[in-house]
Amino acid sequence: MITLAKAINSGLRRSLEKDSRVMLMGEDIGKLGGVFRVTEGLQADFGDTRVVDTPLAESGILGTAIGLALRGYRPVCEIQFDGFVYPAFDQITSQLAKMHSRALGKVNLPIVVRIPYGGGIGAVEHHSESNEAYFAHTAGLRIVTCSNPEDGYWMIQQAIESDDPVIFFEPKRRYWDKADINMDTPSLDLHESSILQEGNDVTLITYGPTVRTSLDAARIGQSEGKSLEVIDLRSLSPLDLDPVFESIEKTGRGVIVHEAPTFLGMGAELSAQITEQCFYSLESPILRVGGFNVPYPPARIEDHYLPDVDRILDAVDRVLEF
Amino acid sequence: MAQERLVQLLTPEGERIEDPDYSIDISTDELRALYRDLVMVRRFDFEATALQRQGELGLWAQSLGQEAAQVGSGRALDEGDYAFPTYREHGVAWCKGVDPVKLLGMFRGVNHGGWDPNENNFQLYTIVIGAQTLHATGYAMGLQRDKSDRAVIAYFGDGATSQGDVNEAFVFASVFLAPVVFFCQNNQWAISQPIEGQTRVPLYRRASGFGFPGIRVDGNDVLAVLAVTREALAKARRGEGPTFIEAFTYRMGAHTTSDDPSRYRLAQELEVWKLKDPIERVKVHLSRTGQADSVFFAEIDAEADKMAAELRAKIIAMPDPDPDEMFAHVYAEPHSTLAKERDEFKQYRASFVEQA
Repeated sequence: MITLAKAINSGLRRSLEKDSRVMLMGEDIGKLGGVFRVTEGLQADFGDTRVVDTPLAESGILGTAIGLALRGYRPVCEIQFDGFVYPAFDQITSQLAKMHSRALGKVNLPIVVRIPYGGGIGAVEHHSESNEAYFAHTAGLRIVTCSNPEDGYWMIQQAIESDDPVIFFEPKRRYWDKADINMDTPSLDLHESSILQEGNDVTLITYGPTVRTSLDAARIGQSEGKSLEVIDLRSLSPLDLDPVFESIEKTGRGVIVHEAPTFLGMGAELSAQITEQCFYSLESPILRVGGFNVPYPPARIEDHYLPDVDRILDAVDRVLEF
Repeated sequence: MAQERLVQLLTPEGERIEDPDYSIDISTDELRALYRDLVMVRRFDFEATALQRQGELGLWAQSLGQEAAQVGSGRALDEGDYAFPTYREHGVAWCKGVDPVKLLGMFRGVNHGGWDPNENNFQLYTIVIGAQTLHATGYAMGLQRDKSDRAVIAYFGDGATSQGDVNEAFVFASVFLAPVVFFCQNNQWAISQPIEGQTRVPLYRRASGFGFPGIRVDGNDVLAVLAVTREALAKARRGEGPTFIEAFTYRMGAHTTSDDPSRYRLAQELEVWKLKDPIERVKVHLSRTGQADSVFFAEIDAEADKMAAELRAKIIAMPDPDPDEMFAHVYAEPHSTLAKERDEFKQYRASFVEQA
C-alpha cells in the first residue's frame, strides 16, 4: 500500500533516474521536501542542481523553467498551492503555451507544472481552489489530473516524457489515500479516460478529488437499487470522450461532478459535447454537481460547497425522474 | 541626471575620448564594418516603416536612434552567445545573421515569429514586456549546468524595468549567479510614459540592490556599448554573474507605426537628440581621421539601397499562409481535440462548390 503523495514521489524519482535532463524546481521542495512532502528525499539523492529550491516567485519559476527547457532541460515545476499559480499566469498562458506555435514548431517546451489543487483540508484562503478550466481553455497546454496512487505514479512520468507542456493537477485532499499499485507497466496512456465502475442507469463523469466521492455515491446508489457508471476523465486537454459517449448511449443519463464552480467550468464543455454527440440517446438533460460561483468559502463551511455523496445522488435522482 | 557617470568613447562630435575603466582597440576595418552595420540597420528600419505605410506590414516598431546600442551589443556577442530580444531588436537580429525577410513576417501578419531561434541563437521577439528576461536567465542557468563558456544577453527597455518579471529575473540571476547580461535600452519613453514615470533613481543604480553591478553607457556610442558589453559578457563567462547595462539612448521614432508622439512629447526634444545621432558621429570620426572617404560612404549607401529593394520585393511577394496552418504547430505531439477541430474545418472548407 502506498499513498498518492508517495506514489508521485516515486514517479518523480524514477523520472530523475531515467533522464539526466529532468530537474525539479519550486519553493521549499529541497530539504523540506515540499509542503506536502511530495519531493521528500529527492534533493538529498539527486543534488541541489537537479532538485532546485527557488526564490519565492512563481513567475520566476515558470519563466526560468522556459529558459532551461530552451536549453534542453525538462523542468518539473511545483506550484505550492493552486491559488498561488496566478503570478505565473502570463508565463504559462502567453509563453509556455504559445512558444512552440510561435516558433512554427522549431522549439519544444517539455515542462510539467505540478499544482496541488482543490479543497477539503480546512485551509485558509487561496489554498483550496480548482482552477483547471483557466488552463484547459488555453491551447498549447495539456491538462491532466490523477485521482489515485497508481495514476499518480505513472501519469507524472508520462507527463514528464511529453514534449508538450503539461499542467499536472494533484488532488491534495487525496494525497494520503492508500492503494496497492502496479509499478511494472502503465495500464493507460496519459490522455485516456477510464471507466472505474460499470453501471446501467446513470453515468457519473468526474476527475481528480471527486472520483472517490463519485465511487462512494455509486456504492450507496447500488444499495438503493441504482446502477451508476463512474468515469474518471484523467485528462482534461485533450479530452478522451469516446468512452463517455458510449456510456451515455447506454444509460441515456449523465451527471458531471467536479469541485470547480460549474459556471463555465469543465462540466459546461462536457455537457455541450455530450449533447452534440448523443442527442438522440439522452433521456434527460445532463446535470452538473460542483462548486458554486463564489470565492472558495472559509473552511468551516467548505463542506457545503464541495460536492458530496448526497448532492451527487440528488442529481442522480433528478435525472432519473426527468 | 546629468552628473551621473556615463561611459563614452566617441563623442557626438566624433572625437575619440578616454574612459577610466573601459577602452577599446579597434582597427579601421572593424570601425568601417560597424559603420556599415549601423547604416544597414537604419536603412532596413526605414524600409520597414515605408512598407507599413504602404499597407504591406500591419505594424512596425522602429529602431530609429537605437542603432548603436543594438549594433554595439550585438557585435559584442560570440556566435554561441544567446540573445533574448523584445520586438525592437532589429539591429541585434542583423548582427546575429537573422534573415531580415523572416524578421518582417510577424509584422506582415503571416506568422508570430518565423525564424528558428536556435539557428542564430536569437530568440523569437517577445511582445509581453519583460517576459523574455526570465527566459534568458533560465537559459543562462542551463549553460551554467552544462559548464558552457557561453553567455546570454537579455534585451528590454526602460518601461520593462517596472515589470515584475524583470525584477524576478534580477533575483534569480543574482541568487544563482547566472551568466546573463541585462541590457536595458533606456530610450526615455515607454510609449507615452517618460522615464520619470518609471523610476526615481537612474536605472543602472537599481542593480546594486539586487547584488550585481550596473553601468550606464552612452547608448548612441557604438564603441562604448561594444566595450561595456564585451566586459559584461566576459565577466558572465568567468562565473561572476550578471551585469546590468543601461544604454542611455533615445527613441527617435514613434513607439510603433500606430503611435503619435506629437500628442505627448515636444518636437524640440528630438532636435536635441538628433545632435547625438549614433551614426553621424561614426561617419564624422571615420572622415576626420582619414579612415574612410566619400567613395566608401557612397558604396555603403548603395549596398543599403540594394538590400532595401530586395527586401521590399520579397515582402510584397510573401504569400499568406494556408488557413489550415493555424492548427499546424499548436502541440508537438498529437492532440485529439485539436485534430477533430482541424478535420471539421477542412470538411467545412471542402463543402464550398466552385461557381462557374
